[in-house]
Parts: sequence; C-alpha cells; structure tokens
Amino acid sequence: MDSLLHITTLHYLVLGAALFLLGVIGVLTRRNVVIVLMSIELILNAVNLNLVAFSRYWQGIHGPGALHGQVFAIFVITDAAAEAAVGLGILIAFFRNKETVNVDEVNLLKW
Amino acid sequence: MNPMAANPPITNPPVATPFFFYLLAATMIIGGILVITRKNAIHSAMALITALLAQAGLYLMLYAPFVAGVQIILYAGGIMVLFLFVIMLINLERNMKERQFNKQWLVGIVAAAALGGLFITVYTTSTRGKELFPEGRVAYADGQNTQAIASLLFDRGAGQYMFAFEIASLLLLVAIIGAVVMAKKRI
Amino acid sequence: MNELMQYIQSYLGSDRTPGGAGNIFWATVYILLVFGGLSVAVIAMNWLERKILAHMQVRLGPMRVGPHGLLQPIADAIKLLLKEDIIPAEADKVIFWIAPFIVVLAAFTVFVVVPFGPTHAITDMNIGILFMLGVSSLSVLGIVTAGWASNSHYPLIGALRSSAQMVSYEVAMGLAVVSAIMMTSLGNLATGLYGAGNVDSQISGTLSMIGIVQAQQAQGVWFVFKFFPLGLIAFGMFAIAMVAETNRAPFDLPEAESELTAGFHTEYSGFRWSLFFLAEYSAMIAVSSIAVTLWLGGWLRPFPSVHGPSIAIPHIWPPADPSAPTGALDFVFALCPGIAFLLLGAMCFYNVQRMPKHPLFKVQTLGLAGFGAVLALIGLILFVPPVRDRVGDIFWFSAKVTGFMYLYIWYRGTFPRYRFDQLMKVGWKILLPTGLALLILTALFGMRADISTQFLGGLGQ
Repeated sequence: MDSLLHITTLHYLVLGAALFLLGVIGVLTRRNVVIVLMSIELILNAVNLNLVAFSRYWQGIHGPGALHGQVFAIFVITDAAAEAAVGLGILIAFFRNKETVNVDEVNLLKW
Repeated sequence: MNPMAANPPITNPPVATPFFFYLLAATMIIGGILVITRKNAIHSAMALITALLAQAGLYLMLYAPFVAGVQIILYAGGIMVLFLFVIMLINLERNMKERQFNKQWLVGIVAAAALGGLFITVYTTSTRGKELFPEGRVAYADGQNTQAIASLLFDRGAGQYMFAFEIASLLLLVAIIGAVVMAKKRI
Repeated sequence: MNELMQYIQSYLGSDRTPGGAGNIFWATVYILLVFGGLSVAVIAMNWLERKILAHMQVRLGPMRVGPHGLLQPIADAIKLLLKEDIIPAEADKVIFWIAPFIVVLAAFTVFVVVPFGPTHAITDMNIGILFMLGVSSLSVLGIVTAGWASNSHYPLIGALRSSAQMVSYEVAMGLAVVSAIMMTSLGNLATGLYGAGNVDSQISGTLSMIGIVQAQQAQGVWFVFKFFPLGLIAFGMFAIAMVAETNRAPFDLPEAESELTAGFHTEYSGFRWSLFFLAEYSAMIAVSSIAVTLWLGGWLRPFPSVHGPSIAIPHIWPPADPSAPTGALDFVFALCPGIAFLLLGAMCFYNVQRMPKHPLFKVQTLGLAGFGAVLALIGLILFVPPVRDRVGDIFWFSAKVTGFMYLYIWYRGTFPRYRFDQLMKVGWKILLPTGLALLILTALFGMRADISTQFLGGLGQ
C-alpha cells in the first residue's frame, strides 16, 4: 500500500504505458481516420510523459540543469503539431475525392 | 511562526501528492478510453482535450512548467482547434451510422495485449536485486525552469540543441506549405 | 482571538505568494478574494458600460432601477436566472452544455497569476505570461463548440469567424508580448529609458508576471516608455490586438446584433448566456491585466524611480516598514487612493443635491446618499497609515485596469465596426509585419552595447 501512495518514476511510466496501449488500440481498431489521428496524438502524449518523467529522474542525478527530457518533449510536441497539420491536410484532400473518412476504403491502389 | 515560510527542500524525485496524481491519471485514462470508443468525432475531440489538459497538470507535478505551458498552448489550444475545424469541415453524419470498428479488431486487441504483457514484464522485473529506477539523491524545485531550458537550447557554451531547434523550424515551414497545398482546391 | 491576529499579522509580513510558499489556506483565501472581486468587477462593468455609452450618446442610460441605475445589473442578473432554458431541437446536448463551461474556465483560470502587488498574487508561476496567453487561447475551443452545438447556421458562421479572428490576433499579441519580455533582460539596473544590455549584465529575463514588474521597478521605467518609441508601438499593438481578441468593438462583427443575430451565442438563453457574458468581461479584464503588467508597470505608481526629498511628518509619514521609500513624491502618491474614493463620494453627493425634490424620489435620494457616504468612508479609511501603506499596490493596479475598461467602452461608443475581411487584413498584413519588425528592432536596440563591443570594436561606447 505504501508503494501505491508514494509516487515514484515508475508510476508515471506505468501511466504512460497505459496511455500508449489505449492509443495503439485506437489506431488498430477504428475505421474513422480522424479518430486514428487522435489516437496517434494519444501515443505521442504517452511518449512525452515518459520523457518528462525521466527528465525529472535525471535531474535528481545530474543536477538542476539536466533538462534534456523536457527539451526532447518540446520537440516532440512541435513535431506532433506538424504531423497533425499534414495528416489533416491529406484527410481533407482524400475526403474531397472519395466522400468518405473510413480507413478501409482507402484502397485506390488495390488491383 | 511565519505561515508563509518556505517549505523544506524536496529530497525525493518526483514529488507528487498521490491524490492529484491519481485524479489526473484517472482523467487521462478515462479521456483516452472515451477517445477510442466514441461514435461522434466531436465527443472524441473533447475527451482528448480533457486528457491533454490533465497531461499538462501532470507535467506541472513533475516540475516541468514550461512543457506544461507549451502543451496547453500548442496541443490543447492549437492542434485540437485544428482537429475541431477539420471535423466540422468534413461531413461525418453518414459516418456516424456506419460500423465503427475494423473487421480485424480482434487482432488489434490481441496485439495490444501482447504489447501490454511486454510492458508488464519490463516494469516488474528487478535487475539482479537492484531497483529498476533507484531514487535520486536530491531533487530541485526550481523557479528557473524556463531559463534552464533556454540555456540548453540557445546558450553559446552549454547549449546542445540549437541545430535541432533550427531543423524543427524548417520542419514547421515544410508542414505549413504542405498542408496549405494539399487542402487547396486548385493549386 | 489574539493568536488569530498574530497569525494574520505574521502572514502580512511575508515575502512570497501563497502558491510560492505552498500555503493552501491562504491560497484559498486569495482565490476567493480574487474571484469575488472579479464577479463584482463584472457587475460594475455592466453598469459602467451602459451609463458611459449612454452619456457618450447624449442620453441618460438606466435611471430607474436604483439611484442612477446602480441596481440595474442586479435586476439583469435576476432576469437572466429566471429565463427559460431553451435547447435547440437537434443540438448535441452534451456539447451544448459543456461549451459555456469551457469559455468560463478559460477566462477565470488566468487570474491565478495576475499580480496585484509584489506578493499579492495567488501564485507566481515561472511561466506566468505564457500560462496567461495559453489558457486564454482555450476559449477559442469553447466558442467553436458553442457554434457547432447550436445546430444552426448563424451561430456556426459566427463561431468560425470569431475563432478565426481570435487566432489571428493571438499571433500579434504574442509578438508584442515577446518584445516586452525581451526588455526585462535588456537593461542594466537603474539605466532607465535607454538602458542597453552588455556582455557583463547578468540579469536573465523572466516570464513570471511578478518578475516582469520587478524588472520595471529595477530599471526605474515603465516598459511603455523604454527604448522610445519601441515600447510605445508594442503597447499600441497589444492594445489593438487585445480588443480584437475579446471580440469587442470595433472588432465585434461575429457577435454584433445587427450582423449575425448575436453570433455564436444566439441559441443560448438565460443562465448559459450569462456565462458567456461573464467570460467575455473576465477575458477583457484579464488581457487588460496583461497589458498593465507588461507595459504600464503593474502595481508601480507613476514615476516609480523619482522619490523627491525625504520628509517626515510625525505619526503620518514615513511608513512603519523601514525599507519603504520616504520621499515627498511617495507621500503625495500614497494619498491618491483615499483622494480617489473621496472624489467618488463627492460626485455622489453632488448628484444627490441634483435629484428632483419630489416625494417619489425620496428612496432614490436616500440610497444615493448612503452609497456616497460608504464611498467617502472607504476614502477616509484609506488615509489611515497602516491601511494606506498596504493598499497602494492594489489600488494602482486596479486603477490602471479600470482605465483600460474605460478605453474599451470608449472604443465601443466611437468606432464603426470593421468588416470581416478588413479585420483579417489588419491582423495579418499590418499587425504581424509590425510585430516582427518590432521584435528585431527591440533586440537590436537592446543588444547594441553587446554588438558594438563584440563586432565593431567598441564603436559608440
């Protein structure tokens, strides 16, 4: 019980893993492209949580300036923004052609 | 006795009151479950916004206020607004009446369960009797977080991420041009 | 009882905010004070807007409900609470219910870092200004979902226009804010108006709201006057962008009654509409607080570095705190809160003697006289030395924010509305290039000592 009440790095990592699993299930099982993209954002957030938790752990060992995990997390957020913009652009272009947002119907290259 | 005297320095990273941690963690997990199970895409987006704001709260508990600020501005205030606009642009009425889950949903769940098993194995194994993540010596509660991140990014001597910063700005430029070109009606 | 007084006394001498000290009790007290004050301020804004607009349009405004309409906001609140709660037929009920909540959340959470004094903030986050800009951008989400959930085209168009406008002007606001943040580090101590940084200045800039005002105090100049005219242009840019950000005239096309039948809050009635109204006025006060903190010196009195000769009046001046300044100019400015309230009370009494001498007006005359007496009493209390020394910071901050509120109402009464394409043109084609140029010029201006030492061999030093 005491290990449940004292929050350590491991708690954050388990939470990150759980979110990652939810994101993976969303990507693998949903048909709607927008929801798949949102699940990808969940995955990126889980990764960020891991990075920042480890940055705090690293700070405890290497002093107050060792914020490499946080800097990495900022870059991941920036990349997520770029990827969401491009992904939604692709979605709009595809929707204009085929009038559907289902992943199974993206099969124009199938012979 | 001065009630406003500073608290004694923190000695165990990461310090978090369990109540707030479990509250924010529960908000995130419930938000995540709602994202992947809702039929209406707008409901999913709102659940994701809640999860992102709870994530910002968790960053604050990990003494990363700058990342929390960036998360609120970029993720909740920028990316999710973009998602909402696109959801409103495409007509999802017909999609809400169709089947929501893939034909291979069972394979997806099995794969995710295998991944979950892998995670559990990693996190419950202790390496030769030592702890997986031994507690650090001293942790610092800082009022200089932004300045420290800025020094890592921009400092002439101690900064290591200047090149990555420039590449990230180039990436954003490419993303802007790409998104505009793809979403236009006529090039 | 004695321990309680000692507890409060020991708190009053503290040097950090409740959040900084981790003190939950005082943080809660501060939160209740700030949000209570905010609600009172919104109610007062409602009355002030109607009266000032009316007087600008050479009419009287509400006069009946209380003396000079002072109880009109309360009547409005009661009416809104009793109205029928209508939800459109095919609207998404969950989203329809959540949307006003999001906007109110965004508008109220920013007040956690607003500094009313050097220790009078709920907390002093390391990322204060970033937090305020970020959380106020969450209101865009609420507006977009409100328009969508109404299931009707006027609210949808209004919501999309309103959110496009807010997002565009956030960029201009952000650039102006960054150029003000740069000024916190570009100046040696006590170098004032044109103080430029050099390779030896060890002051690092800060994003914290209290830190920004303390930087202005250390440099002895309000940032609106620093690097003249750059500070002034940045302040002007922010003043225009903040009016557009809060959807107020002359940028209120998305919610004007004659254009889009009240835009995104068309379908909201009664209590839900009052939530939007509350959020709009709170957002106005919030962005005005940002402008006051960043450019107008926050809680600093005018001319913060000019003290005048040191004077001593027994029992009245100098203040009990030994580190407080004791100049003559400090004494004059310390009297201002009391004088302000006495002036307000005098205005009330002047209007009392102008009231019609008719028996039907007896209650109103007595009410106004009572209100004037309360204001005059507050003014007299503010002359008492212990109160006078502590209330100065809060008074100057609130006075400056009140000035901004008057400016908002003045704009609404004076300027014609911008058409939507003109609005976007101003935001992207005029304010954004100006902001970028301002940013570069501020950096160059501030680092000129450093640049001249490193690259030009000490030219112009």
